[in-house]
Amino acid sequence: MSELLRTENVSEVFGGLKAVTDFNIHLDRGELVGLIGPNGAGKTTAFNMLTGVYQPTTGTITFEGESIVGLKPYQVTQRGIARTFQNIRLFSELTVLENVKIAFHYHVKYGILESVFRIGRYFKEEEAIEKEAHSLLKIFHLDDKADEVAKNLPYGAQRRLEIARALAAKPKLLLLDEPAAGMNPQETKELMDMIRWIRQEFGLTILLIEHDMSLVMGICERIYVLEYGEIIAQGTPDEIKKNPEVIRAYLGGE
Amino acid sequence: MKYLRKNDCIMLAFSVVLFAVLQVLITERVLSSFWQLNLLIIGINIILAASLNLINGYTGQFSLGHAGFMAVGAYVGVVLTANFHMPFAVALIAGGIAAGFLGFLVGIPTLRLRGDYLAIATLGLGEIIRIVIMNIQYVGGAAGFKGIPHHTTFAWVFFIMLFTLFFIKNFVNSNHGRACLAIRENEIAAESMGVNTTKYKVMAFTIGAAFAGVAGGLFAHCFYLISPASFTFMQTFNYLIMVVMGGLGSITGSIAGAFVVTFISAALASWPEFRMIIYAIALILLMFYRPQGLFGYMEITNMGIFRRIFKKGETPHE
Amino acid sequence: MRPLTIWKELSMEVWHQVLQQLINGISLGSIYALIALGYTMIYGIIKLINFAHGDIYMVGAYIGFFAITQAHLSVVPALLISLVVTGFLGMLVERLAYKPLRHAPRISVLITAIGVSFFLEYTTMYFVSPTPRTFPAMFGDVAVTVGGIVINGQQMLILGITAVLMVILTYIVQKTKTGKAMRAASFDTETAELMGINSDRIISITFGIGSALAAVAGVLVGIYYNSIDPLMGIMPGLKAFVAAVLGGIGILPGAVVGGLILGVVEALVSGFISSTFRDAAAFAILILVLLVRPAGIFGKNTKEKV
Repeated sequence: MSELLRTENVSEVFGGLKAVTDFNIHLDRGELVGLIGPNGAGKTTAFNMLTGVYQPTTGTITFEGESIVGLKPYQVTQRGIARTFQNIRLFSELTVLENVKIAFHYHVKYGILESVFRIGRYFKEEEAIEKEAHSLLKIFHLDDKADEVAKNLPYGAQRRLEIARALAAKPKLLLLDEPAAGMNPQETKELMDMIRWIRQEFGLTILLIEHDMSLVMGICERIYVLEYGEIIAQGTPDEIKKNPEVIRAYLGGE
Repeated sequence: MKYLRKNDCIMLAFSVVLFAVLQVLITERVLSSFWQLNLLIIGINIILAASLNLINGYTGQFSLGHAGFMAVGAYVGVVLTANFHMPFAVALIAGGIAAGFLGFLVGIPTLRLRGDYLAIATLGLGEIIRIVIMNIQYVGGAAGFKGIPHHTTFAWVFFIMLFTLFFIKNFVNSNHGRACLAIRENEIAAESMGVNTTKYKVMAFTIGAAFAGVAGGLFAHCFYLISPASFTFMQTFNYLIMVVMGGLGSITGSIAGAFVVTFISAALASWPEFRMIIYAIALILLMFYRPQGLFGYMEITNMGIFRRIFKKGETPHE
Repeated sequence: MRPLTIWKELSMEVWHQVLQQLINGISLGSIYALIALGYTMIYGIIKLINFAHGDIYMVGAYIGFFAITQAHLSVVPALLISLVVTGFLGMLVERLAYKPLRHAPRISVLITAIGVSFFLEYTTMYFVSPTPRTFPAMFGDVAVTVGGIVINGQQMLILGITAVLMVILTYIVQKTKTGKAMRAASFDTETAELMGINSDRIISITFGIGSALAAVAGVLVGIYYNSIDPLMGIMPGLKAFVAAVLGGIGILPGAVVGGLILGVVEALVSGFISSTFRDAAAFAILILVLLVRPAGIFGKNTKEKV
């Protein structure tokens, strides 16, 4: 398997406060990897650095053999990294369908004049993304809600829409920030199946942050554990379960 | 998708009929010259409201500099027609380009600001533009520019208005327009979905400013004299009221807002204080009871009765 | 030697003018500072650019005007009446127009503020007519000359009263229970509420104090420039906001410093360049500050959380 992403000695300092230090991870193509850790360990900060929302204070991030440090978030997305947000950030006044259509943005090629006069590639491309958007929504059981306003969806459906939207950006690497937060066990189980399935179907590499241990242990092939901004352990789910450092971090003690 | 084209055709046919009716009313002198002038002003205000809506309503960037861009278009236009005897069309286009270019230049630095800060910065920019014009003696300074040829006719206003609405409607319903909507809804998510937010903010601002410039040119050529006093930020507030009243993010709303506000101010022209008090109360009550404006995000073409007429025989998902 | 003497004399002349404009600027700046304090307090607590604040100042000027001309009061009682009445007006405006929108989007509140601004301007215009009123001349013959620089009576009045109000305001904000609650609420309204602070009451008091300060500024401007009209509040209102942003919005000493700087810059621009560029200078400062240091002179830059 070839390598997709590698970070080396990445750290982020906010006003003298070290949020993440020496963050070293690597992902191979097609892997499904978990990033876990107690609250405030710096997991979301790590995501923000990978996606260009924050610029790392030090270190290098290499994606498909090229550095992506210094790129803006939209450029990172155009390179092929898409994400979801822990605190859902849908386009809440727009419909479910529009939410997904927006994410095709970079892949639509017609220009301003073509859109204003509805000539050239306009109809062809619009029809294509309309079709693709619907098939994505179908996967996430949202097809019948295509014309509903996103903010009116139930919580679990909003989380699924976030993933559908991220997929519409046609990423190679998908970053999921607590995709199961607020879901009941039944929904979580369905979500696990869905994540597995989309990885196969779309040939994705997935890195996910999660608190729900059953989900992480159930689907991830490898896991990184972050505490106080540092990676304290990595390995397969079985190794992680037995790791004394991890047990100490989660259960406390000396 | 086909229905979109059909929809456009029906709207166009309706517009032509409307134009014919109004034109007959004008040539047959059914409308007094006061209302004829107000008909022009309504059309110009629709252009201004719709273009401000592109910035404030669709892209969610709260700009209060519209009157400044309008002033640029107006002054560039009158200099070209009165001093250089250029054709009216050239003057209008040049005014639009000048205003758009200025919008582009000032948009790049200021659009980094958000919400209230952007509002007050653009208000300041509009005022700076006005004060600069006031100090250029070549265009008459504070006293104003005299001797403007009366070029603006109802046909000019109506068809440019139609073009503006058509342009903005199609822009909004495209990949580019969706990028603007995404910025309004959630800038961070928009950026994470691959939208170059700076580019689209500046683009919306530039397009809005350009149309404001064209509207300024039309406005100026309705009169013999224009002065910087016609382009204060109070004027921008006027367009803002139209947009907010109609609905931030609805073209139908901007048309309705421009119509209602212009009509009311014309009808109450003899009681200026009352007019403003009514405005003020209407604005406050609107924010209390219907902050999304009369139309919200709706367009008349999406409403029940229209849908039933237009959607016949189309594919399920359009 | 002769050219040098001329140069010396010339530069003395210029220095003289600079100092004179400085005095004028500080007087004007004190007015801006008084208005800016209200802006910054209100913005600090409910994050609203209260577009109507300049009109509150205008109403204050009119109340002072009628107290002096109709009730034949002297300056201090007129100031006090204007201060109290306008303070209550500010609280009333908050109660009627802004309180119902406490949880509405900020744009709705901003538009409401524009509506309130129009309402105050044109209701006043309806009652007092649009023609400017002339304030009776006061302290016209009092003047102190220090090294050739004239400080007239009105300027002394402005500086004196502004100084007294600053001391009182500092005392209220720093020492009283209400002042501490105000600071707590502007730091974090929700937490302040959890700590048992009645935020509605604090917001109301903030509007009251801010409006009272603006009213004093209004009366002082009337005395300084001798003329008031119903739209007089628009420009000073905007400029006071510029002053608040310049100093760092939400920060009281920032508003004062911002107001003074703005006043001095304006006086220098109108003294040495052209008075028509006065207003442009204020807005240019605003845009520059927003682009270079949006948090203002005293503010801290913060990063948005994702």
